[in-house]
Amino acid sequence: MIELRRVNKWFGGRQVLKDVSLTVARGERVVVCGPSGAGKSTMIRCINRLEEHQQGEIFVDGIELTGDVKQIEAIRREVGMVFQHFNLFPHLTVLDNLTLAPIWVRRMPRREAEDLAMLYLERVRIPEQAGKYPSQLSGGEQQRVAIARALCMKPQIMLFDEPTSALDPEMIKEVLDVMVELAQSGMTMICVTHEMGFAREVADLMVFMDQGEVIETAPPDRFFTAPRNERTRLFLGRILRQ
Amino acid sequence: MVPADQRAPASPPKRQVAPWNDERVRSLAFQSLTLALVVGLLAYLALNAADNLSRQGIATGFGFLGREASFAITTALIPYSPADTYARALLVGLLNTLLVAGLGLVLATLLGLALGLARLSANWLLGRLALVYVEIMRNTPLVLQLFLWWDLLRLSTPPPREAWKPLPGVYISLRGVFFPVPVYDPLYLWMGAALALGVAAAALLGVWGRRRQARTGRALRLGLPGLALILLPPAIVFFAGGAPHLLDVPHPTRFDFSGGRSITPEFAALLAGLVAYTAAFIGEILRGSILSVRSGQSEAAAALGLTRGQALRLIVLPQAIRVAIPPLTSEYLNLAKNSSLAVAIGFPELFSVTNTVANQTGQAIEAMAIVCATYLAISLSISLLMNLYNRSMAPVER
Ligand SMILES: Nc1ncnc2c1ncn2[C@@H]1O[C@H](COP(=O)(O)OP(=O)(O)OP(=O)(O)O)[C@@H](O)[C@H]1O
Ligand SMILES: [Mg+2]
Repeated sequence: MIELRRVNKWFGGRQVLKDVSLTVARGERVVVCGPSGAGKSTMIRCINRLEEHQQGEIFVDGIELTGDVKQIEAIRREVGMVFQHFNLFPHLTVLDNLTLAPIWVRRMPRREAEDLAMLYLERVRIPEQAGKYPSQLSGGEQQRVAIARALCMKPQIMLFDEPTSALDPEMIKEVLDVMVELAQSGMTMICVTHEMGFAREVADLMVFMDQGEVIETAPPDRFFTAPRNERTRLFLGRILRQ
Repeated sequence: MVPADQRAPASPPKRQVAPWNDERVRSLAFQSLTLALVVGLLAYLALNAADNLSRQGIATGFGFLGREASFAITTALIPYSPADTYARALLVGLLNTLLVAGLGLVLATLLGLALGLARLSANWLLGRLALVYVEIMRNTPLVLQLFLWWDLLRLSTPPPREAWKPLPGVYISLRGVFFPVPVYDPLYLWMGAALALGVAAAALLGVWGRRRQARTGRALRLGLPGLALILLPPAIVFFAGGAPHLLDVPHPTRFDFSGGRSITPEFAALLAGLVAYTAAFIGEILRGSILSVRSGQSEAAAALGLTRGQALRLIVLPQAIRVAIPPLTSEYLNLAKNSSLAVAIGFPELFSVTNTVANQTGQAIEAMAIVCATYLAISLSISLLMNLYNRSMAPVER
């Protein structure tokens, strides 16, 4: 479904991705973790070309990511993304946030798009907020709207970049619950997060990154109980203690 | 619900304050005092001026407006001759101001948007060119630019006798562009009515198209049919009415042209100057307000599969415009007021005409009072419209 082959990326003179390789099968759930500045965001943003990689190959759903604008748009239609800071459109109501892309990108009739939007709002358990504006919602509600917005495009793959790290503790659970449900429905997911409880519950594969490199990939039981790399062990020790 | 016994009292308890310490009383007192001083000063000046004028034998009041103006105006949107009154001369000037300001607003906004986008574009050369343009325009006086435009237009065009004739009946020379206009025919009124009908039909078509899109999801290409709906009715009326095609064609005289209509170099220079100058500021305002929309917004739009154009149109510009409206309003006000610099190159807009009136009648105070009141009215109208627009798309906050 997703394949990264020896991907390299530089910001100016600084290399932020070093020979990153990763394969994600359909329906697989991958959780990526690692210290700040490790390149986690950069890596998943390369998958839908919010960032451009300079070396190596990235395939999504069999299509290689190149400079071809049409292919980039095709891939973006199949890949949903949820951001740390929600990035809802503040000038549109929740409903319009959800229907925008189906209408303009998928050319869906408005009525159908609205039905679809309500369906997903129910799935993230906030159908009653459809008429409100993003600023009138709590952080947890906003992030659930953002998830629903991405789902309205019926993506094959969902990318999450620290979806709960801008949230107050009491709101984290409501977002994670939605994500667990999504994982159980068989969605292919790559999720950057430090919510290790969530990772244990849903991940098929754990990826640990540091300084632009993938240091270790392992199934969660082995990853948490017997990490092979010293750096992984140190990192886990630090965040599990909290 | 809050239990009854915990409810706050209906109003906060009042504490007695001495009136001279009460904030509201104080501010009222200061404001009254200021107003009294200003009114007193103005009254004193007015009395003094009236006294001086009557001693010099100059009449006061607005009686002069009804007298014959006896000066010619080169560009008039309504019929005007020197035999008309001063009031009509001022009206001609006002209409010219409105024409130049109205056209200027629209053109400067379009050019400004192009400049703003050019400066933001990934194309290095385009961005640099726009930057150089903006810096030159913003850092030189507008009057100077107006003179330059005027000289440019006059130096780059031939004298009337050697006028260019790009089309039959069209003459371009340093006297301006002369072109034919149709001679008035009652049929034109009917054509106007037919046009209005066509526009209404096209609007209905648009509504129908959007409804259909909402139902079926398919967006129809309604541009051409819409255009046909607008243009066909007047065309049919035109040919059914016998196609009146009497034209008022300009013809060369010794040093000039007569007949037809013309765009004078003064008008062209003023419009070009105001647009080129104001667009530089508008470009910077729009650039800044586009940059003020957080990058996450276009990233989210891109991640959803929207094209760059869609992201700009549907996500970034609607948010940028809200930020841009207040500074944009003040730029529009500047443009309207700057049109009075036409006095330097002799385009007869309100201020130039008023100047002439004041010189001829000696009643400078009344004349300038009229101009001030008029510019104030224009400015307030622009502000009002922009505020209404702003309110119509006010951001929703908690
Ligand atoms: N647009 C950019 N320009 C220059 N450097 C950047 C840019 N974006 C990221 N970087 C740098 O690239 C490195 C990797 O950043 P990235 O955001 O991918 O890290 P991360 O693992 O997501 O960290 P965090 O946990 O803090 O989000 C960092 O050192 C960062 O400073
Ligand atoms: Mg990050």
